[in-house]
Amino acid sequence: MDPLILSRMQFGANISFHILFPTITIALGWVLLFFKLRYNATGDSAWMRAYFTWVKVFALSFAMGVVTGVTMSFQFGTNWPGYMQKVGNIAGPLLAYEILTAFFLEAAFLGIMLFGFRRVSNRIHTLATVLVAGGTTVSAFWIIALNSWMQTPAGFEMRDGVAHAVDWWAIVFNPSMPYRLVHMLLASGLTVSFLIAGLSALRYLKGDRSESMWKALRTGVFTAAILIPIQIFAGDQHGLNTLEHQPQKIAAMEANWNTGPNVPLVLFALPDEAAKENRFEIAIPDGASLVLRHSTDGVVPGLNDYAGNHPPVFPVFWGFRIMVGTGLLMLAVSWSAAFFLKRRHRLPTPLALLMVPMALSGWLATLAGWYTTEIGRQPWLVTGVLKTADAVGPVAGSHVALTLAIYLILYAFLLIAYLGVLVHLALKAAKDGDSSPLPGVMNAALSQPAAGE
Amino acid sequence: MTYDWPTLLPLIFAGLMGLAILIYVILDGFDLGIGILFAAAQDAEQDTMIAAIGPFWDANETWLVLAVGLLLVAFPLAHGVILTALYIPVFVLLVGLILRGVAFDFRAKVPTERKHRWNRIFFLGSLIASLAQGYMLGVYVLGLDVGFGGMAFGALVALCLAAAYAAMGAAWVIYKTEGDLQKKAVRWLRTALVLTALGMAAVSLATPFASPRIFDKWFVWPSMLYLSPLPILSALLFLWLWRQTFHLPKADDRHSLTPFLTLAAIFALGFAGLAWSFYPFVVPDKLTIWQAASAPESLAVILAGTVVVLPVIIFYSFYAYRVFGGKATDLTYD
Repeated sequence: MDPLILSRMQFGANISFHILFPTITIALGWVLLFFKLRYNATGDSAWMRAYFTWVKVFALSFAMGVVTGVTMSFQFGTNWPGYMQKVGNIAGPLLAYEILTAFFLEAAFLGIMLFGFRRVSNRIHTLATVLVAGGTTVSAFWIIALNSWMQTPAGFEMRDGVAHAVDWWAIVFNPSMPYRLVHMLLASGLTVSFLIAGLSALRYLKGDRSESMWKALRTGVFTAAILIPIQIFAGDQHGLNTLEHQPQKIAAMEANWNTGPNVPLVLFALPDEAAKENRFEIAIPDGASLVLRHSTDGVVPGLNDYAGNHPPVFPVFWGFRIMVGTGLLMLAVSWSAAFFLKRRHRLPTPLALLMVPMALSGWLATLAGWYTTEIGRQPWLVTGVLKTADAVGPVAGSHVALTLAIYLILYAFLLIAYLGVLVHLALKAAKDGDSSPLPGVMNAALSQPAAGE
Repeated sequence: MTYDWPTLLPLIFAGLMGLAILIYVILDGFDLGIGILFAAAQDAEQDTMIAAIGPFWDANETWLVLAVGLLLVAFPLAHGVILTALYIPVFVLLVGLILRGVAFDFRAKVPTERKHRWNRIFFLGSLIASLAQGYMLGVYVLGLDVGFGGMAFGALVALCLAAAYAAMGAAWVIYKTEGDLQKKAVRWLRTALVLTALGMAAVSLATPFASPRIFDKWFVWPSMLYLSPLPILSALLFLWLWRQTFHLPKADDRHSLTPFLTLAAIFALGFAGLAWSFYPFVVPDKLTIWQAASAPESLAVILAGTVVVLPVIIFYSFYAYRVFGGKATDLTYD
């Protein structure tokens, strides 16, 4: 098989599997800090129980994120040597700053956050939690800066075919960066709030009515209910930014084949790139013009303007729809759950049953969104600077295929184990309820299986 | 050679990268070594051994990310050449590191009856990662030779590096534990030392004979005289440490950190020898550090951050080690 498509699949597989875990740790760090601060303020041990249930999820997710992140740092060289050769002068410092300012901070203080509860003062432990949460967020900042620069490059000039930095401020805060960063941080917040709400709903279904369950459930549901409208607004702004800087991506997202006014909003279709038309189309007349240009006769860019220079339509079109559809479902579920919690102080069983699989809705939306934006950048690796096909390395297709297959098997195995542990932890917490020994008193570090675990 | 920034910056980054690799090898060396020694330990001992590295391994592995990151950002051309040549071993290394890293957490969180499975995965991951690193070192020393000779030599170095890591792991266990496990670790250290010494001798002899250029750097007068402390000191340290293993552990646990520090010193000496052999090349005999380096402006931007941040990193790493100082006992962490 073609090493290019295999390398793309391998990179896609690695980074898809990787992003699942930072998406959790970025926001979960702050949620843990919230639990900790509530405990510091109220002295209510239920907050600390919630903290110690979720800090285990954090530790596991963090470890998964680290080991898959190490893979990423090698992938650039093993599969895409052309990337660093062409834009290394820009990408290099951004990656270096991520490692220096974020990676070490998280890694060093993670130990204290996880195992240092009885070793340092409460104040230092809180500080360690802040540093770990801050580190994950700073890490996201640098990576999003680099990714956005690849989408909308700025602040550089080409000399002898190699990109050289001219203005670092313009490179870091390139046109799409603020939008993408906000969109991703909110996505992380939503992923975590639905994860917490979903696993707490599982505990609820198992009959657990403990204080720590309620606290986690409320935190998850209310955070989700607050974040989702903000996210829908931020996503819309991000889309308008894409329209301005990467119109060909918008054309593919809307499966709009011809530039013109009165473009319908396609709800369902099977885009056929060979025939340049949509099959089985269901659409709202003038919808896309209205959404993107805020007027029914607004001109929306079509794929005909970008012949040979636009992304594949099918995955971008569907990636976008899965993301938006999941978002709308999140809105419905989080608001109904918030209503029931606020007014009735209970959850109807069907809603709780729906919330359990929705625990992973954040992952689905995040992946679908990233697929939309990353496939939407094709055929470019760095828009207008470097084509993906020109960056691939000289490694034989058979090597890439073999390693890809093993990665996929490994990831499937790890994903099952990871989800299994999440469910196991939730069920165990449901069984213990508020009778679990308080971790502050428990004479064990969290790397150790405590009695009965 | 003029000392302007375009000349100095690649040199500084080569130094930083070397430092990051050395710190990685020493720090993650004992983590990986403890993973290898898992095969020889009892259940209860395994928990203690994990407790001895649990709070540190994550930060230790980050030095590898920094080392590869520096190679990537400072010497992008070399990063591509080296990693595409070592495609499969790098892949094996990553699989090993993934398994090892997640096993840390899974073994403590899965239902008890599945813990054994993750203990085995922890051992396998550590072993695979160590072997892959040794193999890559061997192939690199022979100038990225992936013919039969290179592979055979790579396999030899792989075994020896795994043994060296096991020695580091044993030395760390001596430092962090007491009682029977500590005595056991002394015996592990003695066995592993023999293979470590063999491996260092093999690499030291193979390097000059594989490349006439390196041969000329070592075996000319008066360089030979200046360089002689490297092998002599290493040999003396080996012998001294070997003798120490018959006297450890000592009363009141004196010198329990000495074996670890001695091994770290031996690693540093060996590393200095390698650095001297390969300088100024980053891809042996093909690309010098100046040919492979990024633009000076970009290196300057990275250096500015590094100068500020690296001391802070080293400071809080020491702090973290101090917080978790003392003996790692069974389940209590006080």
